Order: sequence, then C-alpha cells, then structure tokens
Amino acid sequence: MAELLYQRDVYGKTLVELGKLNCDVVVMDADLSSSTRTGLFAKEFPQRFFNVGVAEQNMMAISVGLASCGKTVFVSTFAMFATGRAWDQVRNGVAYNNFDVKIVATHAGVSVGPDGASHQALEDIALMRVIPNMTIVVPCDGPQTREAVLCAARTKGPFYIRLGRAKVPTIEQKKEFVLGEAQVLCEGNDVAIVSCGTMVVEALAAVAELAKQGINARLLNVHTIRPLDTQAIRDAAKSTKGIVVCEEHSTIGGLASSIDEVVSESHPTTVLRVGIKSRFGQSGEPEQLFKEYHLTSADIVKAALAIVAHT
Amino acid sequence: MVATDKNIEDLRGKARNIRKLIIQMLGKACSGHPGGSLSSADLITVLYYAVLRHNPAQPRWPDRDRFHMSKGHCCPLWYAVLAETGYFPKEKLLTLRQLGSMLQGHPDRRTPGVDVASGSLGQGLSVAVGMSLAARLDTKDYRVYCLMGDGETQEGNIWEAAMAASHYKCDNLCGILDYNGFQIDGKTCDVMNIEPVAAKWQAFGWHTIEIDGHDIPRILQAYAEARTVKGKPSIIIARTTKGKGVSFMENVCSFHGVAPTAPETEKALKELA
Repeated sequence: MAELLYQRDVYGKTLVELGKLNCDVVVMDADLSSSTRTGLFAKEFPQRFFNVGVAEQNMMAISVGLASCGKTVFVSTFAMFATGRAWDQVRNGVAYNNFDVKIVATHAGVSVGPDGASHQALEDIALMRVIPNMTIVVPCDGPQTREAVLCAARTKGPFYIRLGRAKVPTIEQKKEFVLGEAQVLCEGNDVAIVSCGTMVVEALAAVAELAKQGINARLLNVHTIRPLDTQAIRDAAKSTKGIVVCEEHSTIGGLASSIDEVVSESHPTTVLRVGIKSRFGQSGEPEQLFKEYHLTSADIVKAALAIVAHT
Repeated sequence: MVATDKNIEDLRGKARNIRKLIIQMLGKACSGHPGGSLSSADLITVLYYAVLRHNPAQPRWPDRDRFHMSKGHCCPLWYAVLAETGYFPKEKLLTLRQLGSMLQGHPDRRTPGVDVASGSLGQGLSVAVGMSLAARLDTKDYRVYCLMGDGETQEGNIWEAAMAASHYKCDNLCGILDYNGFQIDGKTCDVMNIEPVAAKWQAFGWHTIEIDGHDIPRILQAYAEARTVKGKPSIIIARTTKGKGVSFMENVCSFHGVAPTAPETEKALKELA
C-alpha cells in the first residue's frame, strides 16, 4: 500500500526548508494558515510571515509590493479564493509585472468534500491558464508537491500550484519532476490517458483494468499545465487511437482544453473528457463525490473503451 | 528642502512646466486623462523635486524611496515628472499611448522609474504596504508614497490595505489622496459619497493631514509632518481642483478622461505660458 500524505503538509514542511535556505522567502496567508499549513512556516519565521486576515485581494496585491522589492513570496489560501476573489490582483499585479509570486492554493476540486460548492474550485486552472506569464503546476502527490514548490522557488516568475485537501497516495513509478515535462507512467499504444493531480491514482487503476481486458494504455502525468509538454501530447495523439483526459476540474478550460488545443492544431484525434461537466460541486465525502461527478477509474475505463471500440 | 520663498517660487515654476507637458502629451496622444493629472500635479512635483530620495540615473537603487501611483490613469503627470527629473529623455513624452512606446496608457514597468504597473484601481495601496513591509524585512529606511484618487477609495481593496497598514504600523508609508471631488461619472458626492473622509482614515488608525493640495508650502509641511509620525501610517488628504491650471478644464467632469482637442491644447498652453 502506497504511503498516504496530505499535499499541504508537505507544502508547509517544504516552506520551512526554503525559509532556512533563503532569507528572501516570504509567506502570506488569508486566515487559513492552519488549513494550508503555512502556519508551519509562521512558527519558524514569524517575521517573514504575514497573515492579512480574510482579505485575499489585499494579500495578493501586498505580495506584489513585496516582490517588487526582491522578495520571493508564497501566497496561500483556498483555490477558490486565490483564483476567483483575487483574479484581478493576480492578473494585473502578479502576472503583468511578471513578479516572483508563487500562488500555492489548497482545497481544489470536489475532494474538498463536506464544505460544498462554494469551497470547491472547479474553474481555477481555467482562470489561471488564460493569464500570460503564469506557470501552472498540479502535483499528483506529496513528494511531487515538494519538488514543485522547490522548483517554483528557484524559477523566476509567477506560479500557480494547485493542491487538494484530502490525503493522496504516493505514486511510486514516477521519475524526477522536471518543469514542463510530462511523465510517462505507463507505456502503451492503444489509447492514451492524460491526467494530473488527484486523478493520476484513478488513471493508474484504469490502466490496470484495461490491461486485464487486453488494452495497452499509455498514461501521462501532465503535472505542468503551463508550459505544456506539447511533444508528449503530440506523440500520444500520433501513436494511439485517442486520448482520455482526466482532471478534477471543469471539462472547460483546464487540462482537457489544453490537450484539445495541441491536438487540434497538430494531430487531430478523439479526445474524451473525464471531469466535471459544467456543474457546481456539493457536500459529500470525496469518494461519494467522485462517483457522483463521474471521476472514478471506472469512468476512465469506459471512456477508453469507447475510443478503442470506435477505431 | 528648506521652504524659502525662492524654493517655493521655483517649485511653482516646475509644477507649471509639468502641467504644460501634460497638456502637450495628451494633445498629441488624443486620449488620456487630463483632469486628475492636473489636480495632483503640485503634490507630485513637490514630492519628486523636494521630498523623494531617489537617483534618476539608478532607477532601481535599492535604498530609493518608493512612489506608487495607484490612480494609474494619471500617468501623464508621472511621466512628465520622471522625464523632467532625468529618468528618460523628454522627447519620449510625445510617444505617449503609441504602439511600442515605453509610455503606456497606464503605468508599466517598461518605463524607467515605474516599479509596479497600475491602472486597475484600488490595488495600489496594498502594493505600497508590501513595499513598506519589505523595507522592514530588509532593515532599510526608505519611505513609501502612494497616490490615490478620491473615486478610487470606493474600492473595497483600499480599505483592506488601510486596515493592514495600520495593523502592521507602517509608519514609513505615506498615502496621498487627490481629493478633487470628481470621478468619470460625476461628482464623488453624487456617484458614491466618500465622506467623512478624514474620519474614515482616522477610524482605520491613520494619521491624517488635511491640506489645500495646490498650496506648495503647505504640501512641503505635510510631507515633513508625515515623516515625524511614528507607529502608524499617514495620509495627506489634499483638497484639489480637477483640471487645475487650465481655466476651461477646472471642475469640468468631462475632462476626467478626454484629451484636449488641438485648439483646446493651444489655448491651455497659452494659459500655462
């Protein structure tokens, strides 16, 4: 059984690591430091931590001022508020100035669970993806969260890193994280499954099930949504019968749209989407919600079989 | 700067020259915002010539005082002052708002002397708070100045920043409110009343200094007073006249965001000669 970790626990610990290495690392939160785990940094480096209270726009714009003076600012709150409430500050402040502000948002997707729709960001990747200069990373597990956060700290410019609320199993078979390089977790040429974040574990289960049925699926973990590994996507489009994209996000504007944009320009193929189809979330346990919104491995298998059957 | 009569007269002349440049730039660009650029011209001319610690030859000097124009639409004023103090050649001013120009329609980092872009109202005071906190982290003694419009204070983000500046005791931060009483759609008191202004800032924990924003000795005093305040941020609430210095623009709301025509430009420049 793979190790289960909270990505946000890993995030908080990694911030402390960074704080020790670099005195220009500053962390901000908007009254959610116990949930996002920035509180771990606050405890170690109280001088370099600013909790602005329930004021996400203010937090984002203050980070702009800090970054203009040479600070690398990690800004955290829930994905809903980081990308929704503070979008203008992110667009006109962080991204337009191309500053070293690293937005690390937690509680993305329906796996937030009982808190319900108002707290389940299903549009955040879409909102960040349209902004120039923004690098977007969706780590799939605890260790990849650490790699992504360290990478953001040493890479110039704005980042959006999307984390979940729930514990996630560590994906054993992946290699080292390289920004902008998709990870091939399974080789296969019948169908391609492209996933990110919490859906990678579902996709792995789907690949195993498909194998039992004699279908070889290629599985990609596209942890970096921007800049996208277009070569890996084109290769998948060329060598398989079609692509299933799985994400815990709206099927509009996120990973699936990114894949569509690549294949429609270079190698048109069938792209089926496993994601949230223009609906709001709701209260429930994460497993129940994954079933309700058709985000399970069974849904991925179904889509993959449809591609194989049609070709 | 010591406020001798000669210095005051000198600053008056400089402000008049800045106003001329604003009109020339806007007349050439055929679009832009004269009203608020003219109303805050005295405040910002005095700031750059007599208050700010800066070095135009080294725009990113780490110890420089910071100035952030939160009401970014008044950038013709900022550009004129930056050019006149030596940040870039004056000829560039006539490229305002043209394709490829270093002088964008709203402030942008491609202009030497502009640290942070602005234009989307309500965010600048937060940016200034960030600069103020950075000074504390780096144990630097620079000061931070932030120019806001009166209509702009209708934005909620301003009050989030006001609360934070006071909470963090940002006494190196000085807000400047260009209270000309107008916004694009009319008088601020009709569109969305912002009064009582001083009481609001005081309630948020700020030291307030109310002045006539065209009285140069008083402007100098206000900046000096702000510097002495400890433990809290200060704001200079400057009563100004929209379109100040050009008779047919004064208190005329339509000149908030409409550039003068060629004959109007000529007439305005004659008045400012």
